[in-house]
Amino acid sequence: MASNRRTIEGCFQLMGGAFAGAGAASSELKTVLMSLGVPQGIVRRASIAAFEAEMNVIIHAVAGTLHYEVTPAKIHIDVTDMGPGIEDIDLAMQEGYSTAPDWVREMGWGAGMGLPNIKRNADAFKLDSVVGEGTTLEINIFLTEENYADNT
Amino acid sequence: MLTIHDIVEKLGLDVKAQGDLQKDVAGCYISDLLSDVMANSKDHDLWVTLQTHPNVVAVAVIKGISGVIITNNRTPEAETVKKAEMEKVTILTSPHSTFDIAGRLYQLLMSGSDK
Ligand SMILES: Nc1ncnc2c1ncn2[C@@H]1O[C@H](COP(=O)(O)OP(=O)(O)OP(=O)(O)O)[C@@H](O)[C@H]1O
Ligand SMILES: [Mg+2]
Repeated sequence: MASNRRTIEGCFQLMGGAFAGAGAASSELKTVLMSLGVPQGIVRRASIAAFEAEMNVIIHAVAGTLHYEVTPAKIHIDVTDMGPGIEDIDLAMQEGYSTAPDWVREMGWGAGMGLPNIKRNADAFKLDSVVGEGTTLEINIFLTEENYADNT
Repeated sequence: MLTIHDIVEKLGLDVKAQGDLQKDVAGCYISDLLSDVMANSKDHDLWVTLQTHPNVVAVAVIKGISGVIITNNRTPEAETVKKAEMEKVTILTSPHSTFDIAGRLYQLLMSGSDK
């Protein structure tokens, strides 16, 4: 089927501090994946990774974009932000490490678990940052032909 | 298996936002840290928390949580209720502490599981 070959993509603007709008990108991605017949376990992994990535821009950066692209081969998510950047990426990846301010911790964010959650749910994960400029995150979750059973 | 409806009755909870009350409850996860719930809760869990803001709904949807119980007489923010109704997530409240709610749930869910 020709539609099996198509690419579906989307792009979202994210604003630092805009907690109320969090989840818009991940929930659209989830809807797209479910309509393609991607198995629930994979949909959940992608949703978790996308949501934690959205939250990190909202919590730690000034502004950013989340872009996703779904093909029969993979779910690709990239998140780019302008913000303080990350000085020590190995440290940031450690579970429990967080620089979130107190008011963010009172909301229950800032456990230092988001990046480890993203990594655990991704098949490929790449985090790059320039201090004082911003951060880029690239996530890939691989699909097989059976997992992308678009029968619409 | 117990449904959310059964839990509401047995624990005398207030329904602040109504999703599907016939949903099964498989277990329970208790945490006020959202990324911890993202990592460790399971499908069809109840989630017991003190958090009242709208991100709770987003986490509950992504994780397939059957219902959220907010303890200690806290009320969900208006925006949380609105979002929960849109997403069909059940939000419940109780005047009791997390300890009390956890104790009751442990009894209910454990006795339910060996039937
Ligand atoms: N986009 C970003 N820009 C700047 N710093 C970031 C960004 N993402 C992560 N960090 C840094 O890495 C740390 C760890 O991130 P991680 O997502 O694991 O935890 P957290 O966001 O602090 O807490 P949680 O995700 O549990 O709510 C952050 O506290 C922050 O210092
Ligand atoms: Mg985070």
